[in-house]
Amino acid sequence: MELVLALAIGALVASGVWLLLRPRSFQVIVGLALLGYAVNLFIVAMGRVGPAPPVLPGPGVGDPAAHADPTTQALVLTAIVIGFATTALFLVVLLAARGVSGTDHVDGEEPGATPPAAPAEGERR
Amino acid sequence: MSDAPNHLIVAPILTPLFAGAAMLLIDEKRRAAKATLGVVSILVQLAVATALLFAADAATGGFGGVYRLGDWPAPFAIPLVLDRLSALMLALTAALALACYVYALAGASRAGAYFHSLFQFLLMGLNGAFLTGDLFNLFVFFELLLAASYGLALHGSGPARVKASLHYIAVNLAASLLFLIGVALIYSVTGALNMAEIAFRAPSLSAADRALFEAGAGVLALAFLTKAGMWPLSFWLAPTYGAAVAPAAAMFAIMTKVGVYAVLRLSTLLFGAGAGASSGYGMEAIFLGGVATMLFAGFAALNAANLARLAGACVLLSAGALIAAVGFGRVGVTSGALFYLVGSTLGAAALFLLAGVLGRGEASPDDPAPAPVADGDEDEDEDAGFREDEQVGRVFPASMGLLGFAFLACVTLLAGLPPLSTFFAKIAMLKAALAPAGAAATDVGVEGWIYLAATLATGLFALIALTRVGMRAFWIGERASPMASPLELAPLMALLGLAAALTIWAGPALRYTGDAALALHAPRHYIERSLEPALDRVRRAEQGGGS
Repeated sequence: MELVLALAIGALVASGVWLLLRPRSFQVIVGLALLGYAVNLFIVAMGRVGPAPPVLPGPGVGDPAAHADPTTQALVLTAIVIGFATTALFLVVLLAARGVSGTDHVDGEEPGATPPAAPAEGERR
Repeated sequence: MSDAPNHLIVAPILTPLFAGAAMLLIDEKRRAAKATLGVVSILVQLAVATALLFAADAATGGFGGVYRLGDWPAPFAIPLVLDRLSALMLALTAALALACYVYALAGASRAGAYFHSLFQFLLMGLNGAFLTGDLFNLFVFFELLLAASYGLALHGSGPARVKASLHYIAVNLAASLLFLIGVALIYSVTGALNMAEIAFRAPSLSAADRALFEAGAGVLALAFLTKAGMWPLSFWLAPTYGAAVAPAAAMFAIMTKVGVYAVLRLSTLLFGAGAGASSGYGMEAIFLGGVATMLFAGFAALNAANLARLAGACVLLSAGALIAAVGFGRVGVTSGALFYLVGSTLGAAALFLLAGVLGRGEASPDDPAPAPVADGDEDEDEDAGFREDEQVGRVFPASMGLLGFAFLACVTLLAGLPPLSTFFAKIAMLKAALAPAGAAATDVGVEGWIYLAATLATGLFALIALTRVGMRAFWIGERASPMASPLELAPLMALLGLAAALTIWAGPALRYTGDAALALHAPRHYIERSLEPALDRVRRAEQGGGS
């Protein structure tokens, strides 16, 4: 289980970093999303991996050792929500950049090309 | 401590939250209503921050109190912790916000939608980041302030801003992921997110756990230092700040300081003198990174083509000086650094505001065609927005003289020349850096000399760059004197007036920062007070077990 999780995180981070370093803005956002998934898995893994449920069964104090850590699961939920929101925001900026510059290169211009004299037609926002 | 929590501590977070949310309900065209709400909200924050400043200063050990959200018992609640440092940062944020916001009301706030709400949410994120005593909550507030800053960086749109913001957001999203990795690692070994509790448990970690703990702290520091603008993590800063609309850029001047604040807070708390085996961890790296940032910023300043870029380089320069000062881990240096932080933030913000006035009507080389983008939309738009190259206000008779005077004040602040406060701050930092407290007073240490050289060299670079750009802006060329509305000049003068006041009352201010630094470097009191009831229980259990 630990090995599978570690390999999954590693594969996600590797592909995420590679995509993050690519020049197209769509690749960058997919890379960031993959990195986000990797980090979320990592947070869950930091609460120790095991089959135990994260909640105590009933009233009274149970044995904490028999239960998974609920804090990391709460953290990961928050991280997912925040990651989702920021990715959506980045997507909007990405679309705006595409509309303003007429290219999906992250620098707003094709390498080697002179910058466009006038912005391309299309949505401005 | 009395049982009743001090509800004033949570006010700096709730006030902008409610003000910003209420503004969303007000129609975008009712500017006066929004502006009134915004000014009132910031005035309330300023008043609260001032009250907290005096409360923290008067409290024993400079510890103003803990506010446990939801009133859960100590280690479980997410605490807001008030001490001298956080109170100082709150007051600085509120003062800066008032100036930037009033300046924006002269016109810049109309360059796009939702400026007023975004500004309030930025303040909420900043205040929260300075107050929180919980590592994960710090992440949440960081994201909040960053999300608002994305909107403000994009405010006014245009190709240069969109391009710079794209990079800015990508870098910050990546840095946020590092933040999460660091938090998760630290949590996995200490089982705590409460900063005081982490500091309490850190000395007793096993060797294997300690390695993970230090790795987590290192990754976390990387995230903070990206936001603080440490070289080589700082290449996003100058384009973003240079492209942003003037009042937003001026407000961003404090955002790098959030990174510095976080590094200072956590390094003194987790790796201070009482941290056992981890004491002093990573300090050399922070110091060298800070010095490298200073040098990089010095050369960037020499290379800056326009005033806004130069202001960005000056922000980096002060961030570098502060990071290096944190790396010393010495009370005297930290004390001077805190004083320097206030002065240089005011100076950099004033320079951004000044660049906004002077740059108006001047075609910036980086931004070849801002007008065509806006043109098509704006003519149809019945609520014809504010165009940045549009002249605001009337010719203010003495405007050129006033602006020139303001520029001179900015130069002395940013280059650290007498007579303004940063000069005294630099003296205080260098004096402490060169004269180590302790027995071996003759042994200055190579760090002190490196810092002295870097400070003097970069001060000179900044002076040369500022003088050159200043001559170009004020003396060369046949430009008519730029028009500025009193609404823009007043905040500018207020910022510089505050800096001047800090110079006049440098004694009390340095006494305050000295006490703050003393408390930071001896965090025992902070830790104990933050965890008070729980700690008592632990002690009682230990005594019971021992006897």
